[in-house]
Amino acid sequence: MTMTLRRRTALLGAAATLAAPTVQAQEGPIRIGEINSYSAQPAFLVPYRNAWMLAQEEVNAAGGINGRRIETVFRDDAGRPEDAVRHAGELVNSERVHLLAGAFLSHVGLAIADYANQNRRLFVASEPLTDALVWARGNRFTFRLRPSTYMQCAMLVEEAAKLPARRWATVAPNYEYGQSAVRWFKELLTRAKPDVQFVAEQFPALGRIDAGATVQALAGANPEGIFNVTFGADLTNFVRQGSTRGLFERRRVVSLLTGEPEYLDPLGDEAPENWIVTGYPWAELNTPGHVRFRDAYRRRFNDYPRLGSVVAYDTVTAIVAMLRRAGSTDTERMIEAMRGLRFPTAFGEAEVEFRAIDHQSTLGAYVGRTALRQGRGVMVDWRYADGRNYLPSDEVVRTLRPQG
Amino acid sequence: MFENLLVQGLSGLASASSLFLVASGLTVIFGVTRIVNFAHGSLYMLGAYLAWTLVTNLPRGHFGFWGGVLAAALIVGVVGVLIEVLLLRRIYKAPELFQLLATFGVVLIVQDLALMIWGPQDLLGPRAPGLRGATEILGVRFPLYELFLIFVGPVVLGLLWLLFHRTRWGTRVRAATADREMVGALGVNQRLLFTTVFFLGACLAGLGGALQLPRESVNLQMDLAIIAEAFVVVVIGGLGSLPGAFLAALLIGQMQAFGILIFPKITLVLAFLVMAVVLILRPYGLLGRPPASAHAAQVVEPPYPPPSPAFRALGLATVAVALLLPPFLGDFALIVFTEIAIMVLFAASLHFIMGPGGMASFGHAAYFGLGAYGAALLVKHVAAPMEIGLLAAPFAAGLAGVVFGWFCVRLSGVYAAMLTLAFAQIAWSAAFQWVELTGGDNGILGVWPSDWARNKLAYYYLALLLCLGATLLLRRAIMAPFGYALRAGRDSPLRAEAIGMDGFRIRWVAFILAAVAAGIAGGLFAYAKGSVFPTYMAIPRSVDALLMVLLGGVQTLSGPIVGALAYTWIHEQLMRLFELWRLLLGAVILLLVLFFPQGLAGAAQRAAEKRA
Repeated sequence: MTMTLRRRTALLGAAATLAAPTVQAQEGPIRIGEINSYSAQPAFLVPYRNAWMLAQEEVNAAGGINGRRIETVFRDDAGRPEDAVRHAGELVNSERVHLLAGAFLSHVGLAIADYANQNRRLFVASEPLTDALVWARGNRFTFRLRPSTYMQCAMLVEEAAKLPARRWATVAPNYEYGQSAVRWFKELLTRAKPDVQFVAEQFPALGRIDAGATVQALAGANPEGIFNVTFGADLTNFVRQGSTRGLFERRRVVSLLTGEPEYLDPLGDEAPENWIVTGYPWAELNTPGHVRFRDAYRRRFNDYPRLGSVVAYDTVTAIVAMLRRAGSTDTERMIEAMRGLRFPTAFGEAEVEFRAIDHQSTLGAYVGRTALRQGRGVMVDWRYADGRNYLPSDEVVRTLRPQG
Repeated sequence: MFENLLVQGLSGLASASSLFLVASGLTVIFGVTRIVNFAHGSLYMLGAYLAWTLVTNLPRGHFGFWGGVLAAALIVGVVGVLIEVLLLRRIYKAPELFQLLATFGVVLIVQDLALMIWGPQDLLGPRAPGLRGATEILGVRFPLYELFLIFVGPVVLGLLWLLFHRTRWGTRVRAATADREMVGALGVNQRLLFTTVFFLGACLAGLGGALQLPRESVNLQMDLAIIAEAFVVVVIGGLGSLPGAFLAALLIGQMQAFGILIFPKITLVLAFLVMAVVLILRPYGLLGRPPASAHAAQVVEPPYPPPSPAFRALGLATVAVALLLPPFLGDFALIVFTEIAIMVLFAASLHFIMGPGGMASFGHAAYFGLGAYGAALLVKHVAAPMEIGLLAAPFAAGLAGVVFGWFCVRLSGVYAAMLTLAFAQIAWSAAFQWVELTGGDNGILGVWPSDWARNKLAYYYLALLLCLGATLLLRRAIMAPFGYALRAGRDSPLRAEAIGMDGFRIRWVAFILAAVAAGIAGGLFAYAKGSVFPTYMAIPRSVDALLMVLLGGVQTLSGPIVGALAYTWIHEQLMRLFELWRLLLGAVILLLVLFFPQGLAGAAQRAAEKRA
């Protein structure tokens, strides 16, 4: 009973602080509310959060934004959109953040985007890949940094179309990301090479692939090329069974995200060779901008950056550039500043732009082949595929996104 | 063609062996201790991680590898003993399923500990020495290690059979599985028996995890990925039956291997479909037997006492606070209050069938989620206003309750609970896969309240009104003749039937009522969040409901209310304020379990009785 009483008083105390609207001095820090699936996706998000802190420290050390520091309040949604929406409410209403950012999983990103739309707040989505975020369910309050499923598929199709392979099989995790990736790959490849044939498709449940049976089912269809969308633990298990059973011999594999250190490094010396992948060659990328970023990250965390680190760093860079441009934390002014915003990326490549037409950034990805060097997988023969070249024409985009 | 099918079958056999190892430990533990060990997946994950550490640090070669695997299994066995001695032994007398709460606390703690010890990145273990490569079977390459695994399953089954049938210890374990009280009365040291059984079960889980090392990456999601499937195997086989578990593992393994050739997307739900079919045809699994002794299972629960004056005052005070305080609160506090009100109704609806009905449900989120979808689908497809949506929610959930309940209430105990889980997973996968109708895992957006309820305070009062009203109606039903009949059927089905009560119909109606109430909660939740996703009816939400009811105390009337208040509030606070919130939440749950084995409300009631 004392438990209950104590809980009551604690709640009352918390409520009292919430009730008094915190009058924020106009010149106080600019606050960002960041929501992500920290406990559900630690492999991607620990390096992500590190780089976020790094970028924020750099901005504040350089005097902040017109003298105002930036601060971030992090929240863990545990992979549940309903929890992300509650956090969004807390961040906006009681933490008084000026804008929302983050999200790794697509459905979480969509939930926050819809919250932003209803509550008229700016949401800068860093990671979720789903096309729906800026197209079918896009809204004027939501912007997305990473190249989408469509864009990364388009990058790979360009390479796949050059291969002699005619008979293709696909394997993808059974959720929206996997299904969209397969749909785009089929559609774009058929457009580029009308005589291709898709002879098998596998959709293992995310995180629970029965790798032996899946590999055997693909091998049974005897394809010439394989399009892989699995990642993380599913990819590792798929590669292990596939290599032992010879699935990848005399076949070309085109694979989404596999060149990202998050997914390539756990494979160690069993990393597949000669797959065509999108990813991030962190060790070999020596543009001045990237060298500076890599060195700063190494100094601060004694570790090398992963792709998640680049995504976080670029998100903060974009937000800072936007705040400088807007000169205000008014949501409408911030949205105007986001549209057409140009900012540098940690890749050290061409400037990235947040397109006014669909709020998608033109950040690209690296496309290359995998190879083994000193017992670990790396990307070779890679090139930067600038995102702006892998988006549909403006007319098509207008049909994809609700207008008005 | 034929050779491909053959190899497909062999792949299925290898998976079946892996599955059997995990399931065998689970079924042995359940058979003797009646504990639904949710932490079994965590033990499996620990086995894999420990094996990775040992094997990569020991010298390469046969000794290093196989020694590491066996040592990992033994260490996990010791961890199992620690869990049993320090935690479970203290709460064997608690109401049925209460131990599930404790093991869930262990799951949360192990998740954060594993992250702290082994880091976030997936780990790839070395391959088994001597079994690295592949062999040719009719010209198709097949990994040697998979071939080895195919033999491990039957060998372990054989060894366990010898252990149970050719040793004194095994005879005692079998006796205890059949009738625990009788074995105790004959002077067998039950404590030692339970501890050793837990050691064996944990070892098997650890071995199962360790043997995955050459096959799969070691990662932080292993625990929850395996646990549901392991339970399915145990239940399909028949609780406590080792040969049954083996058969079930074979069935699932082969269905998966061949199922994906025809329906590549079926893996999401296949195991649960098989379980639903098996349980409908054979209510005690393939080789399970109905509980032989009636006296062991029948513990007559005390009737619900009228609340003490202090308790009643506290309840009224809570309602007063819920009514009077909110106008003075900020928006976020209102969001949390709304969520708590909804969770109170959700927990109360589960308690309605679990407490008075005596039928646990592991899939109660289905009705919550179907309520949410019932509302959201109307919004999406016919742009219905909120009022219509909220009306549709209980209908959608109730309809599912009519259909699912008709099958579920015929079963009893864990079988019934698992059948509800199977139906929940089928509903979940429909929401997940039927993209045209439900939007798939990207959900339905834009489910916002009508203008008059858009204000957070107005919506809070709407939610409070409906949730409080429905919760009070459920309470009323428990104290009505219907509720007495329901409790009579729970405590003594034979006598209740003998005096002419239709137990099936009464339980069925109770099930439907509970589904309707959960549907109201789900509908309110949809409009509170503004969007609906399949996660609303996924396993974690069902588990949340169970935790709330058990935490509050299943044998009391106010248990679900207290449990929902406490759990939602603690969870929200910890998740917001701490990075290691899972570790803390797990620790809090363990403490509450150890100090309040009757649940929070149960403990409060006892304290009041003592004072009186």
